[in-house]
Amino acid sequence: MAVVAPLSPELVERAQPVALAGERLLPVLPALRPLLPAGGLRRGSVVTVGAAGAAGTGATSLALSLLAAASAEGSWGAAVGLPALGLAAAAELGVVLERIPLVASPGPEPGGPGGWAWVVAALLDACDVVLARPVRGLRAADARRLTARVRERAGVLVVVGDGWSEPAEIRLTVVSSTWEGVGRGHGRLRARRVEVVAGGRGAAARERRVALWLPGPEGGVQEVVDEQRRPHARRVVS
Amino acid sequence: MSSAVRTLVVWCPDWPVVAAGLCDRPAAVLEAGRVVACSAPARVEGVARGLRRRQAEARCPGLVVVDHDPAGDARAFEPVVAAVEAFTTGVEIVRPGVCALATRGPSRYFGGDEALAARVVAAVAAVAGGAGGAECRVGVADGLFAAERAARRGVVVPVGASAAFLADFGVSTLGGELPDLLVRLGIRTLGQLAMLPAPAVLARFGPDGAVAHRLARGLDERPLAARVPPPDLAVTVELDPPADRLETAAFVAKGMADRLHERLAADGLTATLVLVEAEWEHGERLGRRWRLDGQSGSGRGAAALADRVRWQLDGWMSAASVDGDAERPSGGLTLLRLVPEEVRADDGRQLGFWGGDRAAAERVARALARVQGMLGPEAVVVAVPAGGRSPAEQVRLVPWGESLPGSGAGSSASSGSGRPPWPGRIPSPAPAVVHPVPVAAEVAGGRLSVAGGPWSAVTSWAGPWPLDERWWDAAAARQRARWQVVTADGVAHLLSQHGDRWEVEATYD
Repeated sequence: MAVVAPLSPELVERAQPVALAGERLLPVLPALRPLLPAGGLRRGSVVTVGAAGAAGTGATSLALSLLAAASAEGSWGAAVGLPALGLAAAAELGVVLERIPLVASPGPEPGGPGGWAWVVAALLDACDVVLARPVRGLRAADARRLTARVRERAGVLVVVGDGWSEPAEIRLTVVSSTWEGVGRGHGRLRARRVEVVAGGRGAAARERRVALWLPGPEGGVQEVVDEQRRPHARRVVS
Repeated sequence: MSSAVRTLVVWCPDWPVVAAGLCDRPAAVLEAGRVVACSAPARVEGVARGLRRRQAEARCPGLVVVDHDPAGDARAFEPVVAAVEAFTTGVEIVRPGVCALATRGPSRYFGGDEALAARVVAAVAAVAGGAGGAECRVGVADGLFAAERAARRGVVVPVGASAAFLADFGVSTLGGELPDLLVRLGIRTLGQLAMLPAPAVLARFGPDGAVAHRLARGLDERPLAARVPPPDLAVTVELDPPADRLETAAFVAKGMADRLHERLAADGLTATLVLVEAEWEHGERLGRRWRLDGQSGSGRGAAALADRVRWQLDGWMSAASVDGDAERPSGGLTLLRLVPEEVRADDGRQLGFWGGDRAAAERVARALARVQGMLGPEAVVVAVPAGGRSPAEQVRLVPWGESLPGSGAGSSASSGSGRPPWPGRIPSPAPAVVHPVPVAAEVAGGRLSVAGGPWSAVTSWAGPWPLDERWWDAAAARQRARWQVVTADGVAHLLSQHGDRWEVEATYD
């Protein structure tokens, strides 16, 4: 008789093997490991992703690539308040589309029932990673409550863009971005070199600076290897 | 040997092709890249079930290929079921294209199984004639399994002769994984299987084997375990205000299916026959029985039930908008009831020991249902890869909880599927921001301004990728050129140009 379903949640909880420190981490792509002090996304933490210069220099791609490895290993994600998310790009970066449901436009009142904070909280109950762009008018109290919720449910909240007033464990900022492969009227966009600065609190307070291909010439995310050994990589930059 | 219920099965061959309206030319219906049904002209050319798309097209040039659309199949089948229902109540839909009824009453009334079969054939031919010249075959035998085989040959098997009739069939008719094993052991026909002693089959092959053995002997799969459940298992929901859109009704139905499944699971049961009853605003009351295939895992569970309820509602509601007569409901749906008419012990899936992936998926499903309950079913979507040239067309958003077909539902003919070629498509990488509504932009003197913002110099660009889409349709025709443009601040946009109008379609954020 196969019906194990009604097994009480407490019992399941108790029967679960003790979580090792490593299991408190969600995996990230190898190229992103140097950005994160723990080498992965620590459960219960908030990560903000932004751009130092103009909007559109790679923050969204970086946020999506943070999800990729966990998604590929079976974690569920969700995206809230991102009606313009390029899902073809998400798939190219390695996010499994069927495990990332999207709530593009939450209710009008950010703090109210059905609003942005409510939806993010509801999804944090179930998903490992929630990707969200804060809406205008999000109050600091709501953000604080969400931070507590993230810690309690042991999820990871990845905040894209501005508007998050609370301190975050890790802050990733894209400081420069250069496209390659495209010239003045010839070629096409092939690869982008970005420089990402990681800061934050605790172990992440020491600033780290990493150069990444986002995406690389063959797609995906790679760390930029020693410049000197491949001088031709620079040549195409206009 | 008379434990099996005398059953009449109506079988419409190649139903997915018939439902797509393609049965008079070479056509094939594909699911997950393999042919699941093909029309008679295609079969003459050598197309068969299980072929890959390319193989099928190689055998039959000019083959029309469509993706499988189970909801469309069910919708098209509704008139056929209505015609059969004229003979008796209690028609069960086994799956779209196959329905069954117990012959005891109607046969006596119409003067024997043969007479009943002839009448059913005539009645179905009369309706199906309108649906594109579908033929149907009818078979009568003891038990559903034997009756389905009989329907394929169009014969009436005498009472008590089901086992003899089945003896010549290969074991592969049983489906599932068991036949492979049986063949390797030298048991090739159902007759050979039936000759084995039942306890030995159970001991060697487990419950699956026992069921197969029962079927091979011409007995019903279920009667021992099947029982009419107590009435309090039925799930009823009154809809106020009445639902006049399919999406709304289907969303309610999904929750009901979950609840019914949960209630049954609490008793260790699973439903094999469910009555879907609906009441409409002006007092019409319609009901239809759906059989939930107990043999395969995919035919079970809450999702499968929700699909069937949805198909049925779709059938009723679209009949209301298209047909003039028949039993068409009017107004909105006011009450929906799911009654499990037959249940049996659930010997199915074993959950992972620690909850595992399934538990996580169920938790997510619950959270999303809560969000949908608050914001409406369309508020939560999942992306499905689709075909197209622009970044926005390369994924299709499907409300969470709807079955995910690999298709544009109902899209007839042509290369509707998402696979290449899409000449003129912008090569990867894909942009990470795709504006739902393109943003107006201005380009002048080597500079770009987005949405009236500050001007910034264009440092490099590529393109154009010309696009001349749907030129045959004046309303949907699009003729434009696409450019990849990088500005001095390192931002790359995908611009589309139409005359001297520029728009930002996407940004490589």
